[in-house]
Amino acid sequence: MLEIRNLHVNVADQEILKGLNLKVNAGEVHSIMGPNGSGKSTLAQVLAGRASYEVTEGEIIFEGKDLLGLAPEERACEGIFMAFQYPVEIPGVANTYLLREALNSIRKYRGLEPLKHVEFAKLAKEKMGIMGMPDNLLKRSVNEGFSGGEKKKNEIFQMEILEPKLAILDETDSGLDIDALKVVADGVNALRNPERAFVVITHYQRLLDYIVPDFVHVLVDGRILKSGGKELAFELEDRGYGWVEEEAGKAVNN
Amino acid sequence: MGISFSKEDDGYSKGFEEFRKDAPGNGMLWMESLREQGIRKFSELGFPTPENEDWRFTNVTPIARTTFTIEKNGHKQVAPEALSRFMFPKLKTIRLVFIDGTYSPALSDLSDIPEGVKVMSLDSALESDEGLVKKYLSKYADFSEEAFTALNTAFMQDGGFVHIPRGTMLKEPVHLLYVTGKSDKATITNPRNLLVVEDNCKAEVIEHYVSLDEGVYFSNVVTELIVGENSSVGHYMIECESMKAFNVSTLRVEQGRSSNIRSHSVLLGGAIVRNNVHPVLAGEGCDSLINGLFMSTGRQHMDNYMKVEHASPHCDSRQFYNGVLDGRSRGVFHGRIIVHKDAQKTDAKQTNRNLLLSDNAQIDTKPQLEIYADDVKCTHGATIGQMDENAVFYLRSRGINEDAAREILLGAFTSGTLESIQIEEIRTYCESLVAEWFARRKGGTESDNDPR
Repeated sequence: MLEIRNLHVNVADQEILKGLNLKVNAGEVHSIMGPNGSGKSTLAQVLAGRASYEVTEGEIIFEGKDLLGLAPEERACEGIFMAFQYPVEIPGVANTYLLREALNSIRKYRGLEPLKHVEFAKLAKEKMGIMGMPDNLLKRSVNEGFSGGEKKKNEIFQMEILEPKLAILDETDSGLDIDALKVVADGVNALRNPERAFVVITHYQRLLDYIVPDFVHVLVDGRILKSGGKELAFELEDRGYGWVEEEAGKAVNN
Repeated sequence: MGISFSKEDDGYSKGFEEFRKDAPGNGMLWMESLREQGIRKFSELGFPTPENEDWRFTNVTPIARTTFTIEKNGHKQVAPEALSRFMFPKLKTIRLVFIDGTYSPALSDLSDIPEGVKVMSLDSALESDEGLVKKYLSKYADFSEEAFTALNTAFMQDGGFVHIPRGTMLKEPVHLLYVTGKSDKATITNPRNLLVVEDNCKAEVIEHYVSLDEGVYFSNVVTELIVGENSSVGHYMIECESMKAFNVSTLRVEQGRSSNIRSHSVLLGGAIVRNNVHPVLAGEGCDSLINGLFMSTGRQHMDNYMKVEHASPHCDSRQFYNGVLDGRSRGVFHGRIIVHKDAQKTDAKQTNRNLLLSDNAQIDTKPQLEIYADDVKCTHGATIGQMDENAVFYLRSRGINEDAAREILLGAFTSGTLESIQIEEIRTYCESLVAEWFARRKGGTESDNDPR
């Protein structure tokens, strides 16, 4: 589904990603872990298409298409969704309005009829139930005045409505208490199926107790230094990231 | 037919001598004297210059150097269909239409005036209700330091006269529509509105300035709105002048005890626009909501001058002004709040937010608080910013294309001030004007010609 080959990315003329490789198949959940500043969020932003991130080398193929040639909205229409680490507040734009516009532009791109107001309202209500969100959150301006937990839940709620093929969760667990974390994890797990893939970026192993990944990758200094199964996450929790770097250093010296 | 004059060679005084011969109210000594005071004051003050602190950011030289013509008697034939786009869909109004400053009975609709309520042209009111007019006219719009108000007082032609007696709930809004037609000359009109609302009333009045042609002309407006005790009045200023026109408007409101007013200004047209809003909260326990949205592009200049005077205790005022500036346009928000010595427990709040859509657009925003009482709450805040690119990216990442994303964000910014318009049909109409503005912007058909 997604293949990233030798990806180099500059942010403000500084190289952040230095030759990243990653392959994600449909149905898989990949977790990307790593210390602060290792390039985790940069990877998420590049996948979503933020213009200030400059790709200097490498390629990203999504479902056979050159992802880097697509505008952010085209990527969304192709089925990519990023849950923001810091969801943006948009005063004056109702949550429900944003979602209906988004869903209908994606449907239009795929040659489907727009959803009628009542159909959308029904869909929204059903998904709100899953996320345990109060109804008034739909009418309120996007993320405005939402608590940290509400903002993150809102991201997952949007994902539920838009039903992407590939979802990238950028530190969705940061700042969540355990109850909110469970709700977010339940939302993600409910969407897991053989056609859909997830890239879960996180700083903490805690989230992976609830969203159990198929693969764990350790990102250090712009490169994936180690990949493994879910047990790798426990090892990182116990031993930190230092040993991964040392191991990789030895590998290079040999 | 018409009287033409310019600033050169004391032209305004000479023009006045010509104009007064058959001006409305001619033969009434008090009117003649009022006009004379007006022209004398105007001659003395002259057009304001940037040295005048109140005009620091607005240069009226283009107005001062234009030769203007007052159209006399032969007002043009305008077909009712030509005005249909200036009507509010699904809203029945009591309508007074003025073409080039002259009242047009044929285009007006006075069919539904409730008993006891007077809605007519000022010229007619001088005939039928001289006493009432005399009691209020020019008692509030002080022109001792205001050149444009003095000019209007000298040259006031016609305008809306509304008198609502005690205890009346006026169902239909009064729509004052000022239309400037096609002309090969730069015309000047001096509309003068006198709106008297007695105690325990509710009423809505719309002032609406439009043109049938993209010409140069000058609307110099003065409106006096007197609001009695416990009354509630909504006032709407919808300014859609030609992009080459000048509009200077002054709304002077006198509020009685426990009254409330809602003033909404929507400014879209005009090369140079100055909108003065001056409520005096004269009685105890008044409420004033003063909202505005101004949207400029090309080389338009829009100056919003607020002067909110708290003269009695326990009054609240709220100002929310939003500006959207594109092209090489320039905006001004000057927000004065004056709290007089006796106006204890005043609660005054002022917010001015501005969105710059182009690197060449410019806004000057200036709060000015003058507080002479010691137990008051006054806050003010101003923001100037570009469109939030983070928000644009957020919307795009959800599948919404870039143009649509920007339009959604612009719409959110403008609807903030329109939301508080209580009459749905008026709000919808203003929203449609804003939508047209967006569409023109997207089409890129906005002329960047310097009208000055």
